Amino acid sequence: MSILINKNTRVMTQGITGKTGQFHTRTSAAYANGKNCYVAGVNPKKAGENFEGIPIYASVAEAKEKTGANVSVIYVPPPGAAAAIDEAVDAGLDLVICITEGIPVRDMIRTRQRMIGKKTLLIGPNCPGVITPDEIKIGIMPGHIHKKGRIGVVSRSGTLTYEAVGQLMELGLGQSSCVGIGGDPVNGLKHIDVLRMFNDDPDTDAVIMVGEIGGGDEEIAAYWVKANMKKPVVGFIAGVTAPEGKRMGHAGAIISGGKGTAQEKLSVMEECGIKVTRNPAEMGKLLKSVLG
Amino acid sequence: MKIHEYQAKEILRKFGVVTPRGVPSFSVDEAVKAAETLGGKVWVVKAQIHAGGRGKGGGVKVAKSMDEVRTFASQILGMQLVTHQTGPQGQKVRRLLVEEGADISKELYVGMVVDRGTQRVALMASSEGGMDIEEVAAHTPEKIHTVFIDPATGLKDAELDDVAAKIGIPAASIPQAREILKALYKAFEETDCSLAEINPLILTGDGRVVALDAKINFDDNALFRHPDLVELRDLDEEDPAEIEASKFGLSYISLDGNIGCLVNGAGLAMATMDVIKLYGAEPANFLDVGGGADAEKVTEAFKIMLRNPGLKAILVNIFGGIMKCDTIAEGVIAASRAVQLKVPLVVRMKGTNEDLGKKMLAESGLPIISADNMAEAAQKVVAAVKGVH
Repeated sequence: MSILINKNTRVMTQGITGKTGQFHTRTSAAYANGKNCYVAGVNPKKAGENFEGIPIYASVAEAKEKTGANVSVIYVPPPGAAAAIDEAVDAGLDLVICITEGIPVRDMIRTRQRMIGKKTLLIGPNCPGVITPDEIKIGIMPGHIHKKGRIGVVSRSGTLTYEAVGQLMELGLGQSSCVGIGGDPVNGLKHIDVLRMFNDDPDTDAVIMVGEIGGGDEEIAAYWVKANMKKPVVGFIAGVTAPEGKRMGHAGAIISGGKGTAQEKLSVMEECGIKVTRNPAEMGKLLKSVLG
Repeated sequence: MKIHEYQAKEILRKFGVVTPRGVPSFSVDEAVKAAETLGGKVWVVKAQIHAGGRGKGGGVKVAKSMDEVRTFASQILGMQLVTHQTGPQGQKVRRLLVEEGADISKELYVGMVVDRGTQRVALMASSEGGMDIEEVAAHTPEKIHTVFIDPATGLKDAELDDVAAKIGIPAASIPQAREILKALYKAFEETDCSLAEINPLILTGDGRVVALDAKINFDDNALFRHPDLVELRDLDEEDPAEIEASKFGLSYISLDGNIGCLVNGAGLAMATMDVIKLYGAEPANFLDVGGGADAEKVTEAFKIMLRNPGLKAILVNIFGGIMKCDTIAEGVIAASRAVQLKVPLVVRMKGTNEDLGKKMLAESGLPIISADNMAEAAQKVVAAVKGVH
């Protein structure tokens, strides 16, 4: 098993006719069971056409109806990306993974407000996506660095997730699922939501949680872990050296007024029984040490 | 994106926020002329830089005569203003705001930011105006009142009246405060702010509510729909290295250390800075080359890092995914030759085409120090700057 997605998931790409959408749909369809998983694309102007054999529909609702796809991945450029999420939510999809980087915060506040009470889960925006190794990859991560196994990975950053996976692989540890929740201040699933899923997944034994400066999500997740998590969790927080008030690439990674510092997050996580390292080169080793 | 106080006030006035009358001035003569135009007996001469704490640093002066306006304007204009937000080198003052004096009976604080937890805009208000809100939050958090604004309804009158009363606005002035806060929220929404702050919001002797200062930051991701606001950008207030980097799609931030870092991805870039510090040195910059780095981008990144006279070594840390290690190796070799690199260079590459990339570096004939993982890379680069072999 795994969380969120597996070889039976059926996916549509929103933004399938753009350069990024095409590149990553092609790469993802070529990964593991991808050929069966990627069943539709959406673009109102190109309905009736196809992208390398994947049919294109005019709307998310139509793509869902015709193909049964209940998950979408979004590569729509920033000005229209929040509206693309809205469309997927209105069509009642189970899961939307929004890769797009650079969506205005105001648009995301509005979209998240619209999602209250709806069943659709959102991952991202500004994230690498989700992979269940050797089954399916939805997003921009390099598939070949992963292999199937029993470690869960949840992270706010892209390449730092790959780094964690790379370290696990050197120790021979495969992954159940790896989830990039994204670096934006207003997003969908948070560390706590993904940890809950890993906790309930019988095929996950332990979790690496990678965080970043800014906000209080890691702390909230840590308190939840203390009270509920039955599996070991290890963590790393990037940004100990980040100066206050400077934006470090991710819009979410800004510390203002001492709130959300790496130091603060690390101490709360330790307090809650999460083993943490201050050395990003040792995430894999630390995880291995808790496997018993 | 940040803007100046006088620009923020112009925007807020359009939305109905009451501010003192004022005129931006770029020379001493203009400042004097501004005071004459404003009339009255008291003027405030305010340095315009993109940093807070200007008053404490000597950048805000109250003038009681035209001579004083001239004296203060010449003192402030051109000075290197040092505040807790500028760093020790300070920021050169190139613009002034001359305003009519205000009769202050009470100083309050109001501000709006995006709250990640509730995913709403938060209105924060406090009776403790005129000081750093961070200080208030640290020492007397009970004096900060917060309203998480429902995006569907906006600020409700009851919420506004409640918060206004809590920060000590007398009943007679509450309707004015209500209008100012509504205007502030409208401005926040319509101009895509990431921060909008009035500190202090004052109560005058005759009971008027006035925004004595104003600070606005815009959400960079939303600037594409505000070409008029982009024109307010003042490049003199920004780090030239950061401006240069942004032209090439590089995300760069100058820091105080001496080890330059070139990394793909923001999280990995921060982690690379952290690991350098962990091994006893300090990073000179944050630099995310993004997903599509090629020889040209890497060369530009090297040039920007090398502008820093304090730079002692460079660490390249790449996790190749979509981006291939051989492409990066090619870029690193070309860049090293183009800039005739004199400082030690440590390269750690991992991921797609790792072996090919490493082979290219080894066969380049350049004195590149190779490392297999982040820890080894950090140790080697720290040893290089400390002269330990």
